[in-house]
Amino acid sequence: MSSEATTKTTYHIPIGPIHPALKEPVHFEFEISGERIIDVDVKLGHVHRAVEWASRKRNPVQILYLAERICGICSYCHPIAFSLAVEAAADIEVPERAEYLRVIQGELERITSHILWAGVAAHEIGFDTVLFLTWEIREKALDLTEYLTGNRVTKGITMIGGVRRDITKDMIPRIQKDLKFFKDNFQKLAHIFLDDKTFKMRSQNCGILTKEDALKLCAVGPTTRASGVKKDVRVDTSYFAYGDLDIDYITPDKLTGKINGDVYDRIITRLLEVKQSIELIEQCIDKMPAGDIVAEPKIPKLLAQLKKVNGEGVGRHEAPRGEVIHYVKLTGEDAPYTWKVRAPTYNNILPWIPMLKGEQIADIPIVAASTDPCMSCTNRVAIVNNGKHYELNKEELHRLSVEKTRRLMR
Amino acid sequence: MSPKKENNQKNPEELVKYFKDEFKTSIRSAEIKKRKAGSKKNETSTIWMKVEKSAFKDVIKHLVDYQFPHLPVVSGNDLGKTIELIYHFTVNYGTRMNEINLHISVDLPKSKPEIETICDLIPGALVTEREKQEMLGVKIVGIPDARKLFLPDDWPENIYPWRRDETGPEKYYKNLHEVKK
Repeated sequence: MSSEATTKTTYHIPIGPIHPALKEPVHFEFEISGERIIDVDVKLGHVHRAVEWASRKRNPVQILYLAERICGICSYCHPIAFSLAVEAAADIEVPERAEYLRVIQGELERITSHILWAGVAAHEIGFDTVLFLTWEIREKALDLTEYLTGNRVTKGITMIGGVRRDITKDMIPRIQKDLKFFKDNFQKLAHIFLDDKTFKMRSQNCGILTKEDALKLCAVGPTTRASGVKKDVRVDTSYFAYGDLDIDYITPDKLTGKINGDVYDRIITRLLEVKQSIELIEQCIDKMPAGDIVAEPKIPKLLAQLKKVNGEGVGRHEAPRGEVIHYVKLTGEDAPYTWKVRAPTYNNILPWIPMLKGEQIADIPIVAASTDPCMSCTNRVAIVNNGKHYELNKEELHRLSVEKTRRLMR
Repeated sequence: MSPKKENNQKNPEELVKYFKDEFKTSIRSAEIKKRKAGSKKNETSTIWMKVEKSAFKDVIKHLVDYQFPHLPVVSGNDLGKTIELIYHFTVNYGTRMNEINLHISVDLPKSKPEIETICDLIPGALVTEREKQEMLGVKIVGIPDARKLFLPDDWPENIYPWRRDETGPEKYYKNLHEVKK
């Protein structure tokens, strides 16, 4: 990686790390030959907020609200994975009704997240009309979230041993009405994403992750499933009410009959998962038993119970981006001794490298976005070559991407 | 409901027996926990296994030969005299409700907190191994990329954020409520 050689034909392009609007900025360093990406290096940690350390001064119920603020989109996944870990450590049994309510919240979050992603993906290749269409649908999903939890983003629905709000009978017609809206619009979205020529041109055979690489690099979520690895915590294990429900792995061959592991396949996987989520919510509403929604409604009593616990537990939940896993060790203190959070993007970092190698600069936005990372880091790009310094900002990179689309459309 | 079984898939008991037969006393403890969920009370199994450091790499090799495991993360505890690393694996994925959580823990003495890398077996372990190096101050022997992961390059030497002894981060805290004295 020398920079002084004048005969050198490759460039180094650093991309990132900061985009102030998004969490988890990331820094890429690309080695470029002409338009082709030869090598990629990823640097992280620009917004490491030491959340795990902050937990040392909080009790488990307080940590729920801290966990909720790890991610703005997965604001349900983190507290629920933490709850699962604490429940495993303290051997708390969750009421059956709460298990179903937890599935409904999880799946609603998946719909919101995947549709948001679909819009961002469309924006990355310059298809902004689709962005507005998807965000209209997402707005409905957020309204439904607000109707069910009282909040649009940080939902505050999780409690150790259950959930905090029930879904009563009179709420069901509204849910069904919205689900119907999602279903109708799903057809429209599927048509745009899967049949549109522009989408196909930009996403097919682009950013390929082979099944072998997905396995070896421990990729998670739709990223690994799009490469044909059958891995989904909801199907693999029995947690919440997923064990009772009819659910299967979503891999792109269900629709197209083959697996390429490219960006297009990742689009298919996410779209099919939206449909799956709608069906899961319907199943839950049908099958939901009556009963309590939380194991111990009195918080001081719950905290006293947790303070007696000596043990460790792991909670795993399939978040929209893939498996989220939390490890908790309780030692009879107010605060847990250790709390380790692992978000799905953590495991989807290494797979970026084989995906991006061999692609063009203009493909960076869509390939990077195709794993649905918790960031769209392509904010500031500086091309450094022989001491000359060019700056490419996010808009510039976006323009390159849009231009490529236009070029292909001609 | 008993889940479908693939040809060579082992259930948790068989898996523990397989490792115990193979490694005898090097498996210091192994515990199987099962948790039920939902109306049908389907179970998910979790194995907590503590192994000797000397046998650790071999255990992982056997695990990779059994089925290429998924490694979500490695977590760690500073337990005073030792540092405990817990490798959270999952195996038997790919079939309905068959997955086993396999947590393999290994104790490292604080005087010499070293462990062999598993990146040669599981390349995806690189990110989490780099994180353990900087956060817990363990040395991963043979790691292909020893740079820092999350911490900035100018982070002080011999300070490890997850430690609870004198190498911990205490003196770098700014307690804002103490500023106006």
